[in-house]
Amino acid sequence: MPPKRKNDSIVKVEDVGMDVDTVIDSGSEEEARKRTKNRRAKPQRKAKRVSDDEEDDEDEDEAPRKRGRKKKARPRDSDEDEEEDKRSVKSKGSKASRRKAAKDESDEESEEEPDKRKKGGRATSKKEKEEQNKEKKGGNGKGKERESKGGEKNKKKKNGKLSSSSSSSEGDEDSLSEGEIAALKEQVEEKKKLIATLRNKPWRMKRRLVMLKEAQEFVEKFEGALGKGKGRKLYAYKVMMTKKFIKFKRDFENFKTACIPWERKIKEVESHFGSSVASYFIFLRWMYGLNLVLFGFMFGLVVLPEVLMGLPYGSIARKTVPRAEQDSAMDFSVLFDFGGYCKYSFLFYGYYNNERTIGLLQFRLPLSYLLVGVGIFGYSLMVVIRTMARNANEGGDGGDEGEFTFSWKMFTSWDYLIGNPETADNKYASITTSFKESIVDEQENQKDENIHLRRFLRVLANVMILCCLGGSGYLIYFVVKRSQEFAEMDNDDLSWFEKNEVEFVMSLLGLVCPPLFETIAELEDYHPRIALKWQLGRIFALFLGNLYTFLFALFDEVTAKLEREKSIKNATEWALNQYYANYSSFYNTTNVPPPDVHPSDVVRGPCWETGVGIEFVKLIVSDVQVSYLTILIGDFARAVIVRFLNYCWCWDLEAGFPSYGEFDISGNVLGLVFNQGMIWMGAFYAPGLVGLNVLRLLTSMYYQCWAVMACNVPHERVFKASRSNNFYMGLLLLVLFLSLLPVVYTIMTLPPSFDCGPFSGQEKMYDVVMETIDQDLPAFIGNIFTYATNPGLIMPAVLLMVLAIYYLNTVSKGYQQANLDLKRKMQMARDEEKNRRNNKDSTNEVMKDLEDLLPNKSLIPPPIEEEPPPVEKNSKSTKTKPGSAGKGVNLQKEVSLAAPNPRGPVTRAPGARGRPPGNPRGPQPGPGRGRGRGAPPRY
Amino acid sequence: MGNKQTIFTDEQLDAYQVRLVCVFYSRLHGRYHELAPHLVPMDYTNEPDCKLPLALIVNMPELKENPFRNRIVESFSEDGMGNLSFNEFVDMFSVLSEMAPRELKAIYAFKIYDFNVDNYLCKEDLEKTLNKLTKEELTPEEVQLVCEKAIEEADLDGDNKLSFADFENMITRAPDFLR
Repeated sequence: MPPKRKNDSIVKVEDVGMDVDTVIDSGSEEEARKRTKNRRAKPQRKAKRVSDDEEDDEDEDEAPRKRGRKKKARPRDSDEDEEEDKRSVKSKGSKASRRKAAKDESDEESEEEPDKRKKGGRATSKKEKEEQNKEKKGGNGKGKERESKGGEKNKKKKNGKLSSSSSSSEGDEDSLSEGEIAALKEQVEEKKKLIATLRNKPWRMKRRLVMLKEAQEFVEKFEGALGKGKGRKLYAYKVMMTKKFIKFKRDFENFKTACIPWERKIKEVESHFGSSVASYFIFLRWMYGLNLVLFGFMFGLVVLPEVLMGLPYGSIARKTVPRAEQDSAMDFSVLFDFGGYCKYSFLFYGYYNNERTIGLLQFRLPLSYLLVGVGIFGYSLMVVIRTMARNANEGGDGGDEGEFTFSWKMFTSWDYLIGNPETADNKYASITTSFKESIVDEQENQKDENIHLRRFLRVLANVMILCCLGGSGYLIYFVVKRSQEFAEMDNDDLSWFEKNEVEFVMSLLGLVCPPLFETIAELEDYHPRIALKWQLGRIFALFLGNLYTFLFALFDEVTAKLEREKSIKNATEWALNQYYANYSSFYNTTNVPPPDVHPSDVVRGPCWETGVGIEFVKLIVSDVQVSYLTILIGDFARAVIVRFLNYCWCWDLEAGFPSYGEFDISGNVLGLVFNQGMIWMGAFYAPGLVGLNVLRLLTSMYYQCWAVMACNVPHERVFKASRSNNFYMGLLLLVLFLSLLPVVYTIMTLPPSFDCGPFSGQEKMYDVVMETIDQDLPAFIGNIFTYATNPGLIMPAVLLMVLAIYYLNTVSKGYQQANLDLKRKMQMARDEEKNRRNNKDSTNEVMKDLEDLLPNKSLIPPPIEEEPPPVEKNSKSTKTKPGSAGKGVNLQKEVSLAAPNPRGPVTRAPGARGRPPGNPRGPQPGPGRGRGRGAPPRY
Repeated sequence: MGNKQTIFTDEQLDAYQVRLVCVFYSRLHGRYHELAPHLVPMDYTNEPDCKLPLALIVNMPELKENPFRNRIVESFSEDGMGNLSFNEFVDMFSVLSEMAPRELKAIYAFKIYDFNVDNYLCKEDLEKTLNKLTKEELTPEEVQLVCEKAIEEADLDGDNKLSFADFENMITRAPDFLR
């Protein structure tokens, strides 16, 4: 590629020349070059000064001069190229003469020349190049400005172009004036700008190519020595790197998305069932993450140390199955009830030993157990609150965001990178769903209703639901009380129903109430999103009854066990004392060895903690069974029946009565929340529970995703879930708090079992902490601790916190208010602008009226004639714009690039200028408009 | 550039180079050639005048799943029928590429959505767009509602259709208008 090489060599030589420039005595050839360069650069610099103020005018009336300039410039350039290419000294003669001529001119300014030239000529060109590169790279901000400029001047350039090509190439250099050279320079710059911004122009390729070729030829002709080759390579490299970088970024994003577990599944569900259903799965995923962390704590700090470093199974009584149970310990039915080996395994509290330190590492297991048990609550609280705060920051309860909801959805929702049919189907579904969501929102906004009737109905519905809740609450209370009576009676006298009355009533309520609430909620006619919240709150209240009965029963059991344990404890102690007394009296020694009893034969207490743990685990397991079976029967079987029996049934099953199930968001969310509450409560008594829950969440993720996609239909009114899952989080927080209470209560007040668990032998569970502080930590920490627990200190601290909360609350309210105000202002500004544009016609009317009122009728015709042109011009210009793509390329370009600009001033000028001084809000038509009317004709 | 010289003259390459690095360019030509090996010559030095019909281009994997594929190709073709010469083909890809500036994309997006080529997005255009986007799953009333809302939102000059200025104003503020 000859042309390229030439350019390169030019660059090289030029570089050398520049370097040597300051050295006065250099080779003749270089000097010659220098001279020519001087000559070239000097006038340019001079002319620049002139042209700065009047460049435009100059350009326009310079057409004739251009010809001469070009004539001159070209030969010189070509000469130079030749010489430098060959590096010959042949043409020295001609050069020398030229040099002499040049010297005359340049002598006066030669002192300041070198540096100035460098700065002026070289530096600017360099800078230009850099800028170009930047622009090319994709910066369009700057390019845009120039674009318009370049666009205007395009014609001029073309003219210049033509003239240059038509002009002959005779050497008549001395006739070239400095101004001409400057103009030439400018043109070259413009061409370069054009090249740089060509990319951004909405032209057809053919036209672009033509323009590009012209511009390039031009530039090459007159700016051959600009080091284009190098710049171009650099540019190509940069483009390549940008592309690579973009690709990398995209890949990285993809990778990040791929790393989010189940993101694809959830998106799929979302695209078919809407964000409300997806919000449940997102919540489920979040819960899974939380439980994974809890599991990590529990497993890493409690279970593993005990299993690895503690005494092995069968070494002590608490780790051995009692002899009475050993026969049936491996039976499935027993194991399934978490009796037998399960009961005496690390899954439960009782297994853990009360040795202060275990293993080589001197791991303090009891302390660790207590701290993890409490730490789980601390961590969960922290995470829940942090998530809530972050969600609140992201803000929005799912309502419309921004001003262009529908337009954006319509024009920007398709992802042009989709190439996979399956993905495309999902995208279609998701777009449809999102449209439906927005439509529901919009319909809700548009609904004009009888507000009094609505209010009455809402109050009515709430009263009814409150009655329901009260009734069911009383029913639960009644049944629980009755069951206590039954418990005191003999077991054999009771019928099956009486024994299971509580469970029966509870599940009946759970079955009947939610649909009932839903039906009543129809009365209220809330937006589905708000209705969901109400529904959640109501069912939550109902489930609280569930929780209450469960805890009630549990506490009864615990107190009973505690009593039994007390008697057993006394008996054991008595037996032990007897043994010691007998032993010492028999062998007559005080050194009594511990009684040699096989661990499985030791008399042991009921160990109420393990009992509680087992209750929780059983509850969770039965919950899992029930919910999975419900899905299997209620959704899957139903779907199968509806689908296949429909062929031979007397009515349309799919559209008629059973139809397919909808996904029950509120029920599932509450199930998840209460399940988590159980985990929090039970984790202290059954460390294995957390692991179980992780498994449960994992399976239910897959299972429910499948069930939803396979057997459910989308809701009738797909609605957008609130972007922050904060309502779910709020429920979770409440449950967390509720489940915190009983656990802390037991830790602080109930005495631990005497023969099982890490706290056996202590008065209270938290004595472990006291012990550690007393024995293992330096004394001053103990002091600090006593001070810190002093009520005198706690009270002020609480007070301070309350005050801080109050203050922060006030501040946040202030911010909210400010936010609202700003939003309102933006809305107002937008409306105002819209109105201003809309009112063009109406203001015309007003103005016409005004004109009519004027005494001098002769003034009427001009305004009426005058008025249309600006408007029409606009519309005409925009109309011709893209349609003329085929033929009128020139017009199209100019309009599409410049259209927004003239438009703004035309419409805005009247309003802005026409404001009466006394009235700052100014949209009143009147004198202002009237005066502003004068503006349009300027265009 | 090596072997690519056989396809384009140096000058041609030089010209294209500023906009597209030649490697990409010849790769693009490869794609173009692939679409219809019997129609498109491998040798492009003398700028043969050949055009590919819409049906062929629409089947490219890049466009196959796009609901607006026909419109895209049509709006880039000079005759409006969807026949693309190589230049137009390059044009299309350069606009659809990530490197293209947003302004340019907005212009072509406008053209794409302008189904009846009257340089306004009127209600019929929007309805067509919407039906393509949702595979006609919305009821007519819903479509009506959405179109009305969209026009109401974006129409600044109150002529009940979107001019390019309206469109640009709206689209440049969209958070995910990146293509």
